[in-house]
Amino acid sequence: MKTMCRPLLGATMALGLSTALPTLAQADELTLCWAAWDPANALVELSKDFTAQSGTQMKFEFVPWPNFADRILNELNSGGKLCDLLIGDSQWIGGSAENGYYVKLNDFFDKEGIKMSDFAEAAVNAYSTWPKGTPNYWALPAMGDANAWFYRKDWFSKPEIQAEFKAATGRDLAPPTTWDELLETAKFFNGKEIDGKKVYGAAIFTERASEGITMGATQALYPYGFKYENTTGKYDMDGAVNSEGAVKGLEAYKELYKCCTPPGYTDAYMGETLDAFKSGQAAMAMNWFAFFPGLAKDENVGGDRIGFFVNPKEATAASTLGGQGISVVANTDNMDGALAYIKWFAQPDVQKKWWQLGGYAVHNDVLNDPSFKDSQPFAADFLVAMNQVQDFWQEPSYAILLQAAQKRFHDYVVADQGTAKEALDGLVKDWTEIFEDEGKL
Amino acid sequence: MSVINSDTTILEKEPERAATSRPASLARRIGGLSDRAIAWLFITPTIALLLAINIFPLIWAVRLSFTNYRANRPNAVVESVGLQNYQRVLTDSDIWIAMQTTAHFVFWTIVLQTLIGFSLAYLIDRKFRGHAFWTTVILIPMMLSPAVVGNFWRFLYQPQIGLFNYIVSYVTGVPPSSFEMLGSVSLAPWSIIIVDTWMWTPYVMLICLAGLRSIPDYIYEAAEVDRASAWRQFWSITIPMALPFIMLAVLFRGIENFKMFDMVMLLTGGGPGSTTEVASITLKREAFESWRTGRASAFAIILFVAVFGLANIYVKALNRVKQR
Repeated sequence: MKTMCRPLLGATMALGLSTALPTLAQADELTLCWAAWDPANALVELSKDFTAQSGTQMKFEFVPWPNFADRILNELNSGGKLCDLLIGDSQWIGGSAENGYYVKLNDFFDKEGIKMSDFAEAAVNAYSTWPKGTPNYWALPAMGDANAWFYRKDWFSKPEIQAEFKAATGRDLAPPTTWDELLETAKFFNGKEIDGKKVYGAAIFTERASEGITMGATQALYPYGFKYENTTGKYDMDGAVNSEGAVKGLEAYKELYKCCTPPGYTDAYMGETLDAFKSGQAAMAMNWFAFFPGLAKDENVGGDRIGFFVNPKEATAASTLGGQGISVVANTDNMDGALAYIKWFAQPDVQKKWWQLGGYAVHNDVLNDPSFKDSQPFAADFLVAMNQVQDFWQEPSYAILLQAAQKRFHDYVVADQGTAKEALDGLVKDWTEIFEDEGKL
Repeated sequence: MSVINSDTTILEKEPERAATSRPASLARRIGGLSDRAIAWLFITPTIALLLAINIFPLIWAVRLSFTNYRANRPNAVVESVGLQNYQRVLTDSDIWIAMQTTAHFVFWTIVLQTLIGFSLAYLIDRKFRGHAFWTTVILIPMMLSPAVVGNFWRFLYQPQIGLFNYIVSYVTGVPPSSFEMLGSVSLAPWSIIIVDTWMWTPYVMLICLAGLRSIPDYIYEAAEVDRASAWRQFWSITIPMALPFIMLAVLFRGIENFKMFDMVMLLTGGGPGSTTEVASITLKREAFESWRTGRASAFAIILFVAVFGLANIYVKALNRVKQR
């Protein structure tokens, strides 16, 4: 009887343990949601340190950019429990704060001694606060980013091309510092044969479905003087959105698209512009800083063959903001674990390692380090860009505002419908209607 | 001979025995339930499922269409707005443009698919050597997933490396990179029509082939005796007798293409600009990007009523043709 009981007892214990273990594992597990791109891989690497220190297993849910907003906002709206931590886009913060999707972190920051003044001011304002400009924090700045440019340094360095450029334009061939120069340089390269291959001036964002063309067009609009409002917080858009400068900016973006992009780039975003550049088709291309570490190391176009430059100025210096903050999802079953991750991530040493691995830390200890500017070929440009960033509306209704912009910009730039003035006037009309619906006008 | 006779007797008696014995034994097994009760037992899960996934969402959508509900604002107060959503949808110029785009797409795909599909069916029905093999080959496109087809044709249409542009270039002499099927305002709608026609013509062909095969040979034999020409036989026998099948194919393709989403989304995403934004894409953007759930529900109901109404009129016409 005794001999029969032992195996039975063993089997019962094994069964009990096997059913209990997943419960234990779940309590010590965190799921972090973000977009599927290069920095996400760096975060996986970085988070191994957190697991080693805390014993908490990290799971990651990375969604490709074109579906990122759809997938994650659906998750939040439906009260899903997929994500404990979310590195959400900066524009989501208004809606997520007002709808109670994110945990407000002020008390936690105070308790743990995490100071927002330790992070770059522009990043805190963009990624953490709602309402804007108030000390109400819904995220910790996680990934600084802005739209910038890269170019074929090896082509720009060829003496025969330099001479030809000088003869054609009367100035030395160098990375453009104004939008006029950018257009001139793109036109110069467009259609030229280099290394036996026809090349094009620039690869830019034209994507229709999510946010692509808006993120690209604003890169031209901001430097030309586009503003969202005449007075901050008043939603008085007429004369700001459709100002004379804004019209010129949109015309410049269309001119760049029409003259100098490779054929077939009518619906191009991050992946497509990278492809155009890596395949040796484009002399210049725009994209987010997040991709620059990978580009700098690329076998075919990286190293000495690539250079970087911050968005050219025109009437003013400005760059389109990217980047995200990390938030705790209010619906999480592991609040303590999620907050522990935020506390760990905010440490200066972790932030330094984050930058070394390819993430864009915006902690002042990282940015103010004397060696920072030389740590990567694009680091100095990153500092400049982060000091001149402008973001799209961060209102709770940002998704509708964005869709209106996507339609107006794509209709004008790619589909050749109407004039820039008509497109921007239409945008004022669309946005006015949206804010009226919201009761803000 | 006697064996055949005895088999015939058994076969003749079988349905009678089946009709009398099976329900009784089944009822005994299920504890003396009546036939009606057993019938309800079998169909209740299906009805419950239909109510849960078809009827309830429909009723819910009707309810939402009269409110200002937004799925991304769970904490906001939901207020009744009367007919405002319907009024806004029906007066929105962008939605009318999307409806025109949809109508253009539906019309041309149906015209092309019916013409090509019927022609192919007519050829296949001739039963030439290897016709079974060619039937299978022709059917391949409709067996593919729309997602695969969409991505596949994106590459074919690529101006620099796409096979389609090279074929056009080879035939016409126009440089392949000089035109963009998906990026040009004038060509993009046709690029989608071409892909849909390529994919779904076999389906129309299959239905038409069933129609052609259902025409009894003796009718043609009688026409031959009457010395009717091939042309006369085609117009007086083939077309009238295959017409109900053709109309059925048109109905199926019309309904499918009215709500076409996947292929258009994959090929052009509604672009360039809004050139290929069909009604289903506008609806998706309204519901899941702009999050105007109430207005999107009103739009969905309008689309449903339009398709349902048109389909009903069409089915009545179809019945009239069948009765002729």
